[in-house]
Amino acid sequence: MTAENRDVAISASNLTKRYGSGNTEVVAMRDVSLEVHAAEVVALLGPSGSGKSTFLTAIGLINPPTQGVIAIHGQPVMDGTRQLVNLRAFRRQHIGFIFQKSNLIPFLTAIENVQIAMQLNGEGKRASRKRALELMDYLGVADRANNMPSMLSGGQQQRVAVARALANRPSVILADEPTAALDGHRGRQVMELFAKVAREQGTAVIVVTHDHRALDVFDTIYEMEDGTISLSHSGTKHT
Amino acid sequence: MNLAQKDIQHNLGRFSLTALGIGMLLMIVMGMGGIYRGIVEDATLLIDRAGADLWVVQRDTRGPFAELSRVPSSLVHRVAAVPGVESSRRFVYHTIQRELQGEPFRMAILGLDWPTDHGGWLPLIRGRTLQQGHYEMVADRSLGLRLGEQISLGKDTFQVVGITDGMLSASGDGIGIFSLADAQAVQFDTPGEAIRLERAAREARGESFELTVRQPDVLENVWKPTAQLPAVARPQISAVLVSLAPGARAEQVVDVLAGWGDVSVYTAEGQRDLLLRGTVDRARRQIGLFRVLLTVIATIIMALILYTLTLDKIHSIALLKLIGASNLVILGMILQQALILGCVGFAIAYVAGSQLFPLFPRRVILNNSDLVQLAVVVLAISLGSSFLGIWRALKVAPNEALT
Repeated sequence: MTAENRDVAISASNLTKRYGSGNTEVVAMRDVSLEVHAAEVVALLGPSGSGKSTFLTAIGLINPPTQGVIAIHGQPVMDGTRQLVNLRAFRRQHIGFIFQKSNLIPFLTAIENVQIAMQLNGEGKRASRKRALELMDYLGVADRANNMPSMLSGGQQQRVAVARALANRPSVILADEPTAALDGHRGRQVMELFAKVAREQGTAVIVVTHDHRALDVFDTIYEMEDGTISLSHSGTKHT
Repeated sequence: MNLAQKDIQHNLGRFSLTALGIGMLLMIVMGMGGIYRGIVEDATLLIDRAGADLWVVQRDTRGPFAELSRVPSSLVHRVAAVPGVESSRRFVYHTIQRELQGEPFRMAILGLDWPTDHGGWLPLIRGRTLQQGHYEMVADRSLGLRLGEQISLGKDTFQVVGITDGMLSASGDGIGIFSLADAQAVQFDTPGEAIRLERAAREARGESFELTVRQPDVLENVWKPTAQLPAVARPQISAVLVSLAPGARAEQVVDVLAGWGDVSVYTAEGQRDLLLRGTVDRARRQIGLFRVLLTVIATIIMALILYTLTLDKIHSIALLKLIGASNLVILGMILQQALILGCVGFAIAYVAGSQLFPLFPRRVILNNSDLVQLAVVVLAISLGSSFLGIWRALKVAPNEALT
């Protein structure tokens, strides 16, 4: 299956984000367009302040762009600052988040951290526990299900975070520097895990990273600089 | 999944200490209410327990508890003759401070019109009521006297024959119950030398009267007790208690008694009101203000604690929002924690108060209506104090979880 004939999981068209106005106006993201397909693993590289996080939070529906359209599974969800759907509910159902550290809620056990995502989405206690255990088993952390996050290693915490991100079978997983707190070996393991999840679960994964050691696991690599995006390596479509 | 409960379980030590602090603060609020109830109860105890329908006291005074009241002993007979009066009894009440075993000893003395009234209404916990007209007393246990113990007051020695519980004066002193004659003897005890001097003075005055010159035998009277002199004796009782006959109308009896120029008359309810408005009212207002202040302080402390607890998990709240939690979920978590904190604090206050208040020197009475009222206040301050935390939590943007 080629990238072109897979479903478009998320598309961003001409996204621009401006902060301030007049002399103090800063353009954090300028006319950025991107399409990511189901089961595609995308890396987003770039120096600090290049607009990576602004882009990620915009397509994550938590920081609306000043201009541009975001569509998930072909459904437009934001047109500029205008919300076209209930963003919170849409985010809950379609987007999974993973980030650098403090990924987990410290007062919940590992399995509860996974369950909470499903329960917020209306899943029952028993069903959410069953799926959480399945996911944790799939990600190799089932034996730590009842541990508190503070008792897990950084790599284990990230696996639990991946399980939580997958819990509601999202279309897209957005990861912001997920390996920044891990050593090279564990960082690579996490990146490979994303690739595995994308291929086996059919989920699109967008990873913002500085880590150049595991770029071979990505299908497509974009680079951002001064708020603009450019394709660095691709097997997929980029507009 | 109950997030509030999970957070509390995770921070159990800190939450327990916080609840303990809130509980102690609420215990003080509860105790202040209890102290007020104790003062009211102590102030009105005798009025309620004596069971009189009317109190006849010295003209233009407010009765024996509010101020000094002196009426003649013979008033009891006059009152008994009024239509509608079933019975009347004399009442003596005053407070003494002596020394007992080297320690200050304060006692309110209540004189019973023995044998008409031998104290059957007293709340005895040990021993018996008075069985003879002299040299026996019933003591409240707060006085620290033992059954059978003998104490000397004035020229007489009295044996404790009964112990009561909760018989306290308006100022919190334990009450000792004596026969009326003994109560008067303690009240008007005069040293022998003072009596001799007074009698000598009487004789000197008498010798200058023409009557005693003509009839020297009259001078012999000066050596008799004051109460037996053929003149107007000093009024020696505090009040006369009246029980109305069945079916008698209190207003009619009051009208008759109020027409007498030397006395004032109050119903038991009127006497109670006078006490509460006079002696107790200032204490009530003072304690009320303290309660309000303490409640405000408890609210501020709870608000700060809940705000701090919210700040501590601000990242988790942002994370919850990021993964799609509604504001209702966040609001519910903080509100539940506030309510749990309030409820646990209230329970601690009640349990600790129940154990500690009986050790206080004055009575602290926790009654159900006050407890319910405080529970409602705690509920309100729990909700009120959570607003600051809720406001902060609702302000958190989901993207704060990414930082």
